[in-house]
Amino acid sequence: MGELNVTLVAVDRKIWSGTASRVIARTLDGEIGILPQHEPVLALLDDSPVRITTTSGDVIEAAVHGGFFAVDHDNVSILADSAELGGEIDVVRAREALERAKAAGDDDAARAAQERAETRLKVALNEQRHAGDARHA
Amino acid sequence: MGSQLRVFRRRIKSVQATKKITKAMELIASSRIVKAQQRVDAASPYTRELIRAISAAASTHTGNHPLLDTNVVDRKRAAVLVITSDRGLAGGYSSSAIKEAEQLSVLLSSQGLEIVPFLVGRKAVGYYKFRGRAIRASWTGFTDQPQVENAKEIAASLIEAFHQPLNEGGVDEIHIVYTNFESMVTQKPVVRRILPLEVQEKTAAEATAAGQGPFPLYSFEPSAKAVLDALLPKYVENLVYTSLLLSAASEHAARRRAMKAATDNAEDLIKNLSRQANQARQAEITQEISEIVGGADALSASA
Repeated sequence: MGELNVTLVAVDRKIWSGTASRVIARTLDGEIGILPQHEPVLALLDDSPVRITTTSGDVIEAAVHGGFFAVDHDNVSILADSAELGGEIDVVRAREALERAKAAGDDDAARAAQERAETRLKVALNEQRHAGDARHA
Repeated sequence: MGSQLRVFRRRIKSVQATKKITKAMELIASSRIVKAQQRVDAASPYTRELIRAISAAASTHTGNHPLLDTNVVDRKRAAVLVITSDRGLAGGYSSSAIKEAEQLSVLLSSQGLEIVPFLVGRKAVGYYKFRGRAIRASWTGFTDQPQVENAKEIAASLIEAFHQPLNEGGVDEIHIVYTNFESMVTQKPVVRRILPLEVQEKTAAEATAAGQGPFPLYSFEPSAKAVLDALLPKYVENLVYTSLLLSAASEHAARRRAMKAATDNAEDLIKNLSRQANQARQAEITQEISEIVGGADALSASA
């Protein structure tokens, strides 16, 4: 079995690149898991976490806020409107942002902000849990 | 101290103060060029992948998309987005971009199009306001360090104007004038048409020659049309963002060159003024000596 060459880029910077054995993302139609030898796909991403399992077995999680990704010949490029790696997110601030977004009301912009904040918090909490596991192991 | 000497000394001091300022601006600009260039480089992988995805989607999607439709015969209005700087002291940077925009306007007018200006940077706004021209929209305050959000705002406003019906002030074409950062020493104003887009559809043979191979048969989610609908506005956004970044890099490069010239001139000026001041001082001393000698002679003659 081969491996995937993954590049995760945001509009203004490259966030992560490397080889991976599995990529899981959520498209507008639902979750999709990419393993090596996947058929070529071009899909729009939802505001959601993207999980990359590297060839060494580490899991990298990033909060991706909209964008799309393309798979062809084991090259996976994830192009996010904006994105952050789990380790870059401050949990306390993410939680505050979520509270603010919830309080902001119920129009489209507020809902989008809430969704963004939820994704970010989810990724940050997962990252903390992983870090905790690593310490206990 | 003689009055002439005092004047020279005062002028030297003032030129020295100016030189310190221009030197500081030169150093700041040169450190910012590097940062601006890094941001251009950081944005390029996204651009590359985006263009590839759009070309793939456009070649699969057979229907006509409004943003791609180049065949509208009866065009009435063209939007021109001009990118200049907020601050001056950057040599000909802003004025050459404005000049390029003027030439484009003349060309478009000769094709019977009405020009709708969209402006970035205080210099362009000032130029249009002074001439009493109507401005559709303008953005200022970020030209030296543009952010993605700025580009999003501009692109949204451009796309909105494009989708508006003609009789409500909609436009049929959108052009962008920015300054391309070719190298540290050359930056050229460039005109590019944003909309309608011309997606370069390469034939399989051309693509293979370019080392890319033909497009894989993507399966699109949710559909090719939906993907194209989502990607095209992103493409416009990305184009605006890239242009802003290149213009910012050019602005810093132009400013650095202008400030270097100003510093060099100040140095020359100081050199000349000190020569003149020394001469004046020498003349003063000579005059004093001859006065004393003359006085002593007069005294000894009368004694």
